[in-house]
Amino acid sequence: MPSVTLTVNGKKATAEVENRTLLVQLLREQLGLTGTHVGCDTSQCGACVVHVDGNSVKSCTLLAVQAEGANVLTIEGLANGSELHPMQAAFREHHGLQCGFCTPGMVMSAVDLAHKNKNPTEHDIREWLEGNICRCTGYHNIVKAIKAGAEAMAGAR
Amino acid sequence: MYNFDYSRPKSVADAVKAIAGDGDAKLVAGGMTLIPTLKQRLAKPSVLIDLGGIAELKGVKRDGNAVVIGAMTKHIDVANSSEVKSAIPALADLASHIGDPAVRNRGTIGGSISNNDPAADYPSAVVALNATITTTKRKIAADDFFKSLFETALGADEIVTSVSFPIPEKAAYMKFPNPASRYAIVGVFVAKTGGNVRVAVTGAGPGAFRWKEAEAALAKSWNPDALKALAVKPDGLNSDIHASSEYRAHLIGVMARRAVAKAG
Repeated sequence: MPSVTLTVNGKKATAEVENRTLLVQLLREQLGLTGTHVGCDTSQCGACVVHVDGNSVKSCTLLAVQAEGANVLTIEGLANGSELHPMQAAFREHHGLQCGFCTPGMVMSAVDLAHKNKNPTEHDIREWLEGNICRCTGYHNIVKAIKAGAEAMAGAR
Repeated sequence: MYNFDYSRPKSVADAVKAIAGDGDAKLVAGGMTLIPTLKQRLAKPSVLIDLGGIAELKGVKRDGNAVVIGAMTKHIDVANSSEVKSAIPALADLASHIGDPAVRNRGTIGGSISNNDPAADYPSAVVALNATITTTKRKIAADDFFKSLFETALGADEIVTSVSFPIPEKAAYMKFPNPASRYAIVGVFVAKTGGNVRVAVTGAGPGAFRWKEAEAALAKSWNPDALKALAVKPDGLNSDIHASSEYRAHLIGVMARRAVAKAG
């Protein structure tokens, strides 16, 4: 069986996988990082978004072997111990979730946006979220949370 | 997903060696179409040859009156390229609206045109800008490259290495996107290059095609109103749950006029 070695949330991980194993399967089933969700499994909903080498990608549409040597960040790697990441804190503060299923992907997408666009407008945020679907349709508070989270991230620098 | 062998060559020469003689081998670029296809068991490759590790296929450069984009250049890198933004802003704009941010972080121009999805954005730019596709074997003109639904002029062991876009005087792309996938229900790319006008339509037919009546009208007068009297016939256009062929025919006119207005 092929073996894949990558860095996940700052820690080296090595696992035996099949060539067809998806990155999200490696994360959830072998590394136990179940914060990354599988929603549609067809690359549309964005519940599985993680960062690979600093960019948001859909981990249901990437083979684990393609992530060989990559630096992967999942929702579990955002907080600093018990202190929430500013984007997570903003989602809590602004109630940027209803059922919470899409939230890990939303937060990971939002953090990527805030890294690339320090002061996103509401329009920027809504356009950015075209690959993240909230089936509860709670977008208003998600957008508010991302705006506040991006501001907090910019302020923390 | 059926299982497969996997290889990640470091050079184009090694990729050519890997695919030669194996009719069931498949190349994977960004994988934004291929991996979902594999998941649905619609393909059963013997080996997946991942082009992601080949540095020589990545990057954008200016070459005289053209912008040359390496086949493995991601949509996000075309969208953000200062070279593309200054020389062909319409192309950077098109790339910035493909799929969604996570898709643009993986998807590539070479993968998009080799796959030739009838609703993909890039083929319209390749045709309207009269780009030249360079492969491991030859150079192919845009008009000869796209054949039909998911079909191109590429041979089984031929790999796209770059796409060269002549720099236009004016160009713009407008699409009416599917609200879920952001694929073009209809997209129209208009370009005026060296006094020559080309109008390419994607999403509406079995592949990107030129709207020659519009090209003739715009060559006489580069103005959205020059297209007002033209009507596209719905015969042979795509019809599905998203839009009827009549609606797509109507959208071609609307998107073309908006594109000309946007190009200025």
